[in-house]
Amino acid sequence: MEIDWAHFTPWTSLAGGVLIGLAAALFVMFNGRIAGISGILGGLLSWPKGDTTWRLAFLAGLVAAPLAYGLALPLPDVQSDAGTAVLVAAGLLVGVGTRYGAGCTSGHGVCGLSRLSPRSLAATLAFMGAGFGTVFALRHLMA
Amino acid sequence: MRIVNILMALVVGLLFGIGLIVSGMTNPAKVTGFLDLAGRWDPSLAFVMGGAIAVGLVAFRLAGKRSKSLLDQPMRLPTASLIDRRLLAGSLAFGVGWGLAGYCPGPALASLASGGAKPLIFTAAMLAGMAIFELLERKRR
Repeated sequence: MEIDWAHFTPWTSLAGGVLIGLAAALFVMFNGRIAGISGILGGLLSWPKGDTTWRLAFLAGLVAAPLAYGLALPLPDVQSDAGTAVLVAAGLLVGVGTRYGAGCTSGHGVCGLSRLSPRSLAATLAFMGAGFGTVFALRHLMA
Repeated sequence: MRIVNILMALVVGLLFGIGLIVSGMTNPAKVTGFLDLAGRWDPSLAFVMGGAIAVGLVAFRLAGKRSKSLLDQPMRLPTASLIDRRLLAGSLAFGVGWGLAGYCPGPALASLASGGAKPLIFTAAMLAGMAIFELLERKRR
C-alpha cells in the first residue's frame, strides 16, 4: 500500500470530523434526533407527512454551509471526473440504497458507530466494502 | 417541535456542513482517493470518521441515559437491530454509487451552493432514487 502524501490531510480532516461529531452531539442532546442526512432528506418524501419544518431547517443549514464558510475563508478546490451518466447512476444508487439501508455515512457511519450499534457496523462495512470494490473495479480492472 | 428546536436544527445543519468542508469531504476526488486502496491511498476519510466518532461516543453515551433531550424533546434513538437482506443490499447499492462518483448525501448537499453542475445532477438523481423507494414502499403496504 502506498500513501498519497500529497493529498493526505490528517489535521484538517480530523478537525472537520470533530465539527461533524459536535453537530451530531448537539442534535441528539438538544433535539433527541440522529443527524443522518439520508434519513432527514428522505423523510421529507415519506408518507404520511409530519415533522417537515425541522428537516427543512437542518437541510437549509447544510446547503448554506459553503456560503457561510466562503464569507470567512476561500472554499477548497474540488475535483471530480464523473460525467453526467455516471452522476445519474451514482445518485440513483445512493438514493435507493440509503433508504433501503436506512442510513448513510452520517447516520450509520458516524452516529451508528458512535452508538456502538452492530446493525450500523454491518451497514458501514457493507457500503465501505462496496465502495472499495467499485473504485478497484473502475481504476484497476476496467481502466 | 418548538421554534428553538427548529433553530437548533438549522445551526446543526450549518455546523455539519462546515465540518464536511473543513474535512475535505466535499471534494469527490478525496473520497475516491480513500476508496482506492490499491492505488495511491489518501487515508483522510478515516481521520474524519475518527474525529466525529470520538465526539459522538461521548454524546451518545450521555444521550442514551436520558428519556428527554435538553430541550425537552423525546429521545428518538433508533431501536432497530435487525441485520437483514434489506439493510445489506441497500448499503451495498449505496456503496457502489458512492464509489462511482465520490458523493454521499451530506457532501452532495453541502456542495449544491458552490460546486457547479455536478452536485446538482447527483442530488437530483439521488432524490429520484429516494422517490422510487417511496413508491415501491407504498405499493408494498
